[in-house]
Amino acid sequence: MSDLEHIAERRLGGDPGSDLAELEPAAGREGSLYADAWRQLRRRPIFVISGLLILLLITMALFPSLFTRVDPRSCDLADSLLRPSREHWFGTDVQGCDYYARTIYGARVSISIGILVTVSSTLIAVVFGSIAGFYGGATDTIIARITDIWFAIPTILGGIVILRSIFSERGLLQVSLVLIVLGWPTMLRLVRSSVMSAKEMDYVDAARALGVGDFRIIRRHILPNAIAPVIVYATITVGVIISAEAALSFLGVGLQLPAISWGLMISVAQNRILTAPHLLLFPGLFLSVTVFSFILMGDALRDALDPRLR
Amino acid sequence: MGRYLVRRLLQFIPVFFGATLLIFVMVWAIPGDPIAALAGDRVLPEQVLQEIRDQYHLDDPLLVQYGKYMGDVFRGDFGEDFRGRPVTDLMKQRLPITIRLALMAFAFELVIGVLAGILAGVRKGGFMDNLVLISTLVVIAIPIFVLGFLAQLVLGVRLGWFPVSGIQQGLRSYVLPAMVLGSVSLAYIARLTRTSLVENLRADYVRTATAKGLPRRRVVGIHTLRNSMIPVVTFLAIDLGALMGGAIITETIFNIPGIGRAVFEGVQRQEGTVVVGIVTFLVLVYLIANLLVDVLYAVLDPRIRYE
Amino acid sequence: MVTAIKMDTIGGRPVDPAAPLLAVEDLAVEFRIDAGVVRAVNGLSYTVERGRTVAILGESGSGKSVGAQAVMGIIDSPPGFVTGGSVRFRGVELLDLPEQERRRVRGNRIAMVFQDALTALNPVFPVGWQIAEMFRVHRGLGRAEAGERAVELMERVRIPLARERAGSYPHEFSGGMRQRVMIAMALSLDPDILIADEPTTALDVTVQAQIMSLLAALQQETGMGLVLITHDLGVVAEVADEVVVMYAGREVEKGPSLGVYHRPAHPYTIGLMDSLPRRDQHTERLTAIAGSPPDLLDIPSGCAFRPRCPHARNICARIEPPLFEPEDGRVAACHFWEEVQRGRA
Repeated sequence: MSDLEHIAERRLGGDPGSDLAELEPAAGREGSLYADAWRQLRRRPIFVISGLLILLLITMALFPSLFTRVDPRSCDLADSLLRPSREHWFGTDVQGCDYYARTIYGARVSISIGILVTVSSTLIAVVFGSIAGFYGGATDTIIARITDIWFAIPTILGGIVILRSIFSERGLLQVSLVLIVLGWPTMLRLVRSSVMSAKEMDYVDAARALGVGDFRIIRRHILPNAIAPVIVYATITVGVIISAEAALSFLGVGLQLPAISWGLMISVAQNRILTAPHLLLFPGLFLSVTVFSFILMGDALRDALDPRLR
Repeated sequence: MGRYLVRRLLQFIPVFFGATLLIFVMVWAIPGDPIAALAGDRVLPEQVLQEIRDQYHLDDPLLVQYGKYMGDVFRGDFGEDFRGRPVTDLMKQRLPITIRLALMAFAFELVIGVLAGILAGVRKGGFMDNLVLISTLVVIAIPIFVLGFLAQLVLGVRLGWFPVSGIQQGLRSYVLPAMVLGSVSLAYIARLTRTSLVENLRADYVRTATAKGLPRRRVVGIHTLRNSMIPVVTFLAIDLGALMGGAIITETIFNIPGIGRAVFEGVQRQEGTVVVGIVTFLVLVYLIANLLVDVLYAVLDPRIRYE
Repeated sequence: MVTAIKMDTIGGRPVDPAAPLLAVEDLAVEFRIDAGVVRAVNGLSYTVERGRTVAILGESGSGKSVGAQAVMGIIDSPPGFVTGGSVRFRGVELLDLPEQERRRVRGNRIAMVFQDALTALNPVFPVGWQIAEMFRVHRGLGRAEAGERAVELMERVRIPLARERAGSYPHEFSGGMRQRVMIAMALSLDPDILIADEPTTALDVTVQAQIMSLLAALQQETGMGLVLITHDLGVVAEVADEVVVMYAGREVEKGPSLGVYHRPAHPYTIGLMDSLPRRDQHTERLTAIAGSPPDLLDIPSGCAFRPRCPHARNICARIEPPLFEPEDGRVAACHFWEEVQRGRA
C-alpha cells in the first residue's frame, strides 16, 4: 500500500476501501452538497414561491406581449390621468399612456439590468477575488487596496457623479456599467474571504502534495466550495441592483425618457401622490415585489447551502 | 495593538488618495473643455473664464491639478463655487442638518434593530422570530423612495403625525425622514443581531456556562451577548458614516437641505468644485469611521489585538 | 485535605449518606430530528463512589458525551429528551428535579470539564473573571474576593504566574494551560463529582500525561469521584478503577479496569485493544475493526455490533444480548462472551 493510503487509513480509522473517496477532489463532495441542497430546496415554500415569482418576472421581461396587447407608447393625451378602470387596469399616466402596459414593460429594464450587472460583477469578482485570495502577498494587497478605494466612494453619490459627469447619453449600457463598477467591490471581498478560508482546508494541501497545478486547484477544489456564499449573495444582489437602478432613475440620473423604467415612473409620480396615487402605487408595488422575490430566493439558497444549518 | 493600528493607518493613506483622485478625475477629466461644461448655459466673459482656469489650475496636467487641490484641502480650502462662495461655507450650513438626520436615524436603527434582533434570536423559530424575519425582508425589499412616499402619505398626510417636508418644525421634522433613512439599516441590524445571537447560542462556551450552573439569563445576557454584539457594533460604526453619504434620496423626498442634496444640486448645476469638495469630505469621513471601527473591533474582541 | 461529606438536602430531598456519589441506571436519551429519532443513549448504568474513577470508553457517536450531559442536565431540549432511567446523586433523584434546583447542583456539586478548552471558554472574558464567576454567582462573593479565590485556584492547578495571568484571555494560553483553567473553574466550589469529557484529546501526548496526573492528584486531595470520558485506552489503563465500554448508545462491557483489560469479554473491547499500536508489534498494517459505527437513526437489529463482529451468528441478529455476568461485578453484552474470553486467554 502506498504511504498516502496508510495516512488515509489512520486518519479515517476504518474501512480501507471507503476512505480514499474522501481524498477525491471536491467534485464528489460538491456534487452531494448541491444535490442535497436541491432536494431540500424543492420542498421549501419560500423557494417555490420566490422561484415562481422570478420566473414570472423573467417571462414578463422577455415576452411582455403575453401580458398585454396594448402598446405602452401609444398615448392619447385626452386620456390623461385616468383612474384604474376596466379599460385601463392600472389607469393612465400624464401623457395618457396605458399604465398597466407601461408597468409590464418596465420589467424588461429592471430584470435586464439586474441580471447583466450581477453576472458581470460576479465574473470580475470571482476572477480577481480568487487570485487575490489564493495567491495572497503583493497581488492581494494591490487588489485589496483597489477594492477599498472603490468602497470608499458612496454608492448613490458616486453613481450620480459618474452618470452626470461622464455620460452625455444614459441608456441601459451606461447605467449598467456604472452599477457594475460600483458593485464589484462587495462581491470581490466576499469571494476573496471565501477563497482564503477554502485555501486552508486540508484537501488543498493534499492536492498540492500530489502535484496538482494552481489553476486546477482553484478550479476543482477551491471554487466549488467557496462559491456557495457567492451564489447566495449574487441572487440578493440582483434585487439590490434593481433597486439601485430605480433609485438612480428616480433621482433623474439614471435612464432617460423615453425609456420605461419603474424608477422613472415613480419619479414622475412624486408630484402627484395625492391626486393620482395609482401612478406611484403600481410601479412601486411591482418594484417591491421584484426585489422581494430575489432577496427571498437568496435567503432560501442560503438556508439550503449552508452546511452548518443542517 | 500598536502594530495593528499602524498597519491600518498605512492602508488608509493610499486608499484615501486613490478615492479622492478617482472622484477628482471623474469630475474634471471630462473630454472637451471642462470650463465650458462647468459654465453650462451661462455665458461668461473670457476674463472670468481665465480666472476660473487659474483658480482651478486647469492649465496644469491632471495630477498636478489634483496635487494642488489636495494641498488646498489640507489647509481647509475646499474651493469655491461659481458665485465665489467657499464650499466650506456651504458645508457648514448643510452638514449639521445631515448630521442631525443621520444621528436620529442611527439611534432609531440601533435601538429598535438590536432589540428586534435579540427578541428574534432568543426564541428562534418562534412568533417574534418569524415576524422580525418577514418584516425586515419586506423593508429591505421596498425601495427607500417608495418607503419614503408611503411614510409621507400615511404617517404625514393621512394621520398627520409628522411634518412631511422641510425642517421648519425643528426636531419633529426630522422624525419621519430619520425613520425612513434608518429603515433599511434597521432591517440589516435586526437580522445581523439575530444571526449572530443564534450562532453564539450554539457555541461551546454556552454549554460550559450552562454546565457551570449559571442562570440562563446570565448565559444569554452576558456571555452570549458580549460575543454576539461584535459584528453588530462594527456594522453600526460603519453605518454612521454611510448614512451621511446615503441620505440623498431621503433628503430629496422630504425636502431637507442637507449635504446629500448639496452634492445633487452641485451635479445638476455642474458645479464641479462643490461636488468634488463634498464627496472628498464624505470619503474622508467614511475612511476615518472605518479606522475607528477597526480600533473598536480590537477593543471588543481580544483575539485580534495581537495579530 | 479531604472535603467532609456535606450532610444536606438537595431540592428539599434529604441526602442519603450511604448511597454512592453518583448512580446512573438505565439511562436513555433520544434526539428527535426531521430525519427520525436518534437513540443516542439506550441503557447506560454505572456508579461512582468517593475517590474512585470510572472511565467511559467508546468511539464518537457511542453516546458517551450525551450520557454525561444528561447527568449534568444540559442537553438541548428540544431536540434532545431524557426518556428513561434514573440519575441519583447521593441518593437524590436528579432527573425530575425542577430546573431551578438542578442548577444549584450544576457546577456546585457536579462539575464538568470539556474537551477543547479554546472553544469551551468564553473568548472575550479574562480567565480569572470566568473562574471568579463561579464564586460570584453560586456563593455571592464580591468581585475582589472572588478574584482572590480564582487566583488561588489557578495556583492549585499549577498555572505559573497565576496572579499576573488571571487577566489574560483564553487564546493567550497554551492548550495544556487552558485545560488547567477549565479544571480550576470546575473545581472551584469543591464539587463531589467531576465529569471530564475527553479532557486530553485535544492535547499533545506529554501534556496529556501532565493533565492526567494533575487530575489524579486533585482527586487524591479532595476525595471526589471522577467520571472520565475518553476513547483512549491508554488513559483508561493508567487511571481508571472501573471502565464502562459503550457502543451505539449501550454499555457493552463494564467492570474493574484490570479485569476488563486482562480478560475482555466483548468483541468490541477486544477490537479496541487490538487496534492500539504497540511497540512490540512488527507488522506493517494497523489492525482496525472492520466496518464503521452504525448510523444511530438505524441501529441494526439484535446486537448493534453484529455487522462488525467476527463472532457473530444468527442469534446475534435476532436477539439483543442482555447483560451477562462473566464474573462478580462485571457485565458483558455478548451472547458468546465465554468464547470471546477464552479466545483471548
